[in-house]
Formats: sequence, structure tokens, C-alpha cells
Amino acid sequence: MLSAKFWRDNSFAWLLLLPSLVFLILFTFYPIGKTVILSLQQSDLAAREPIFIGLDNYKSLIGDSIFWKVMTNNFWFAIGTIPTSIALALAMAVFANKALRGKGFVRTAFFYPNVIPMIAIANVWLFIYTPQYGLLSRAMKYVEKGDLNWLGNPDLVMWALIVMIVWREAGYFMIFYLAGLQNVSPDLYEAADIDGARPWLVFRKITFPLLMPTTLFVMIVALTNSFKLVDHLFIMTKGGPDNASSLLLYYIYEQAFAFWDLGKASTLTIVMIVLLLIISAVQFFWMDKKVHYE
Amino acid sequence: MSARISNRIVNSVIYSIAVLWLIPLIWVIYMAFRPKELALSPKFTFDFTLANFVNVWQGAPFSVYYLNTIIIVLGVLAVQIFTVTLAAYAFARLQFWGKSIFFTLFLMQIMIPNDVLIFPNYSILKELSLLDTRTGIMIPYFASAFGVFLLRQFFKTIPVELEEAAKVEGLSKWAILWKIYFPLGKSAYISFALVSISYHWNNFLWPLIVTNSVEKRPLTVGLSLFAQSSETGAQWSEVTAATLLVSAPLLIGFFFFQKQFISSFMQSGIK
Repeated sequence: MLSAKFWRDNSFAWLLLLPSLVFLILFTFYPIGKTVILSLQQSDLAAREPIFIGLDNYKSLIGDSIFWKVMTNNFWFAIGTIPTSIALALAMAVFANKALRGKGFVRTAFFYPNVIPMIAIANVWLFIYTPQYGLLSRAMKYVEKGDLNWLGNPDLVMWALIVMIVWREAGYFMIFYLAGLQNVSPDLYEAADIDGARPWLVFRKITFPLLMPTTLFVMIVALTNSFKLVDHLFIMTKGGPDNASSLLLYYIYEQAFAFWDLGKASTLTIVMIVLLLIISAVQFFWMDKKVHYE
Repeated sequence: MSARISNRIVNSVIYSIAVLWLIPLIWVIYMAFRPKELALSPKFTFDFTLANFVNVWQGAPFSVYYLNTIIIVLGVLAVQIFTVTLAAYAFARLQFWGKSIFFTLFLMQIMIPNDVLIFPNYSILKELSLLDTRTGIMIPYFASAFGVFLLRQFFKTIPVELEEAAKVEGLSKWAILWKIYFPLGKSAYISFALVSISYHWNNFLWPLIVTNSVEKRPLTVGLSLFAQSSETGAQWSEVTAATLLVSAPLLIGFFFFQKQFISSFMQSGIK
């Protein structure tokens, strides 16, 4: 039997959590449960009432070539954006951290894309990539290379979008490296200086290994972002040409709000949730390890 | 000697990349103030006009969009500050049954962000009859696990003695929360506010799905419609002007308060 004291001690804390919990349940947990159920049903324009079909939605996803195309796109998008933006971010942070003249300028220049709406960025880069009149085409005319339709060519469109995302993300990752660098003890650098170690050696033996936890963290964020960043597709490509630039979240949007195939949209959402949970599991595994190191 | 030269080379590479990074911004500003008839002319000139901004403001209901965005951003923030403060205090200072279970539940929101749940949340909004309302745009964000964790970290750094002294003075728990913890958390609240404001100012996909009338649309959705309605190159000047109008408030804020912005975003990652 729970005593009055138990309720008195706990109820205040529970009351404090209540407002947050109401919204968490309503917009995180209940929707996840709902999605699981809907993913086991046929619910599209052909079915007036949802019909239970077990795992058929999942099975048909395996045979859906556009789904695999989208997953492959997401894979290349991650491969294209993550290492480049992380390397750039690290280089930037190392230099913006030194007593270099104009480091405020360097930080500002790198970070500002992160305070602009993605949709606005998409407009700007659309004009950069426009054939003939776009900024890139004009620049290419100077070097007398042929003109390319960056966003209209299935082989080029992903590259064009990867460059844009690297431009946006590098500055965001830079700030985590700046934070990481502040924790590296200056004594280590002084010791290296006395030994006459060259900058590259110092970077390889001191800076880079000590920033490893930051790198892992940034990788997780970058990986999660590679699934979340889709706003630009609405303006720039609509996932085209021929699904060459579509990503998982955009595909979910299309299935749900253009084709009203609710069963399929739910199944895709579950796939996405599972992927994100795997990414988080990796993160927790790593955080556990990090705690042991400290 | 050679180290100094290589240092200089590396520095100039960094500066060049920084300048390269600024090109899109410089180009947008240049185009937005350029007369319409020169939009596609490849020649560089110093022609300057404000006509594009006037046209944009008159051509689409940007004042409505602006107002909606401001209402949404401030509305979300106000509710968040309330919900986040309560939960953060509970997690930081109280011992209660189920603490770790609740903590894990909160963590789930960080792992599975609302962006992913667009479709199920849309149907919930429909059940609540909140489609095409500003409340509908705001409501999924009223609880913020990120804010709870950020504030919790901060509350933990406040000495417990302060709270005990207040208890001796006869202050209730509720009063202690709002009269001691809340005012002391100022810097953490500013960090949280900057991250929340920039997220919601820039949010696009969710408001796109929720709204279908002009009166409820925020800037991002308005901008995307404006951009799509003007496909010919001749309207570049106006689209760039609109783009600048939508991005300017945060961009200007960032240029002035660069350090605060960067440190806020830094904390957003530390959680």
C-alpha cells in the first residue's frame, strides 16, 4: 500500500512534468503507435476503410524500385556531405581558434548559412545553378567550359545539392570543434613547441586524437541531418529529375500528401524511425564508452 | 622560416574559403537591389533600386506572413519556457518515482524529432480540428526535450544552499522555482531562445502541410509560393528581394550578436 507520504513527495514532481508530457504523448508517442498500426493496413484511395494486411506494406516496399532509389540517394547524400563538411569544419575550427587576424570574420562567414531558412537557401542556389544566367554558368563561361544544367541532369543533381549542403553544414559543425578545442590543454601545445614539433605532426598526434569524441558526435548529427534536410527539394528539384534527388523524408511527404497512400507513408515513417533509433543507439553506445574514459 | 611561409599559405587558403562562402550572400544582396531589367545582364554595374522590395511587399501578402511568423515564433517560445522550466526543475532537483523512465521518454523526442512524424501528426491535428491554424503549427513544439536538458544542466549548477535559505524564509516550492531558478537561468534561457527562434523562424515543412490559407501562412511557406509563382528569369530580382526579406531579421541579428548565436548553437549540441 502506497502511503500518503509517497504521493505527497511525488505528486509535485509529476505535476511539473505533466505539461511537457501531455505534448510529448500527443505528438511523439501516440503518433508513433498510430503509425505502427497504420503501417500494417492498406489505407489508400482504393480502400475506403483501412484493411489489415499484416506485413504486406513492408513486403511491397522491398519490391518498390523508387524506395530503393531513394535509399540509395540518401546513402550517397550522406557519403557526399558528411566527410567533406566535417573535414572543412575541423580545418576552419583549428584556424579560427588560433590567434589569427580576422577570425571573427572567418567564423561569421562560415556560420551565417545556418541562420538562413533552408527554403531561402534553396532560392539562392537555384539561381546559382540555373543554366545560362546562373552565377555558376556565368563563371563557367569565363573559363570557356560548356554550360551544364546542374539540377536538370540526373547524374549531376545530387552533386549540386551535396555542394550546397556542405556549404550550409560546415559552419555548424565548426562550432562544435571550436568547443572541443577549448578543452584541449594548452600545456600539450607548449610541450610540443619545445620539442620543435611541426604543425602537421602536432595536429596528427595531439589535436585530432583529442577531438575524436567531437568528431563522433558531429558524425551522428550529420547522419541525422542527412535524413531531415529536405526543404530545398521543394524549391529546387521536387525530387527529380527521375527521382535522382529524392530523399526518404521527401518520399514520405509525396506518398502521404500527393498520393494519399497512408499505409505506405506509415511504413516509410517506421523505416525512418528505425534508422534514427539505430543512429541514436550508436550514439549512446559511444557516450557510454566516453564516460568510462573520463 | 619555412613554417612561417606554410602558415601564411594556409591562412590565405582559409581566408579565400571564407570569401567563397560569402559569395551567395553578396550575390543575393546585389541582385535584390538591382533594377529588374538588368537582372539577367552579365555586366557588373552599380545600379541601385528599392523597387524590388516595394513590388514584393505589394505583390504578395508578406506583411501577413511576417506577422504570422512572429506570432508563431513568440507563441512557441512562451509556452516552451513555461513547460521547459517546470520539467527541468523536476529533473534537476527533485527525487521522485519514475524519474529515469520519464527521462528516457523525454530523450525519445530528441531521437525522433517532429520533422519525421509529419504524417501521423497531420492526422492528429485533423482529429483536433487544428488544421490551417497557427495553433496547429505551434502545438507539436510546445514540449521541448532539448530545452529541458539544457535548463536541467544549468539548474544543477545553482547551489542548493540558495534554495534551502529560501525555504527557511518561508517560500513555497512554486515560488522558489519562479523567483530563484527562473531569474538565475537567464543565460541558459537566452541560448534556448536563440535556438528555438531560429528553428521556428526557418521551419518550413510542417507549416506547409498544416496551412492552406494566406491568413495562417508563415514567411517560409509564403516565400516558397512566391518563388514558385515566378518562374521566369525576369523575376529573379523580386525573388531575391523576397528571399532577403525573409532571411534578414535573423541574419542581421546574427551579424550583431555573432558570439551569442554561436555559443547558443554550441550548447544546443551539448544537450
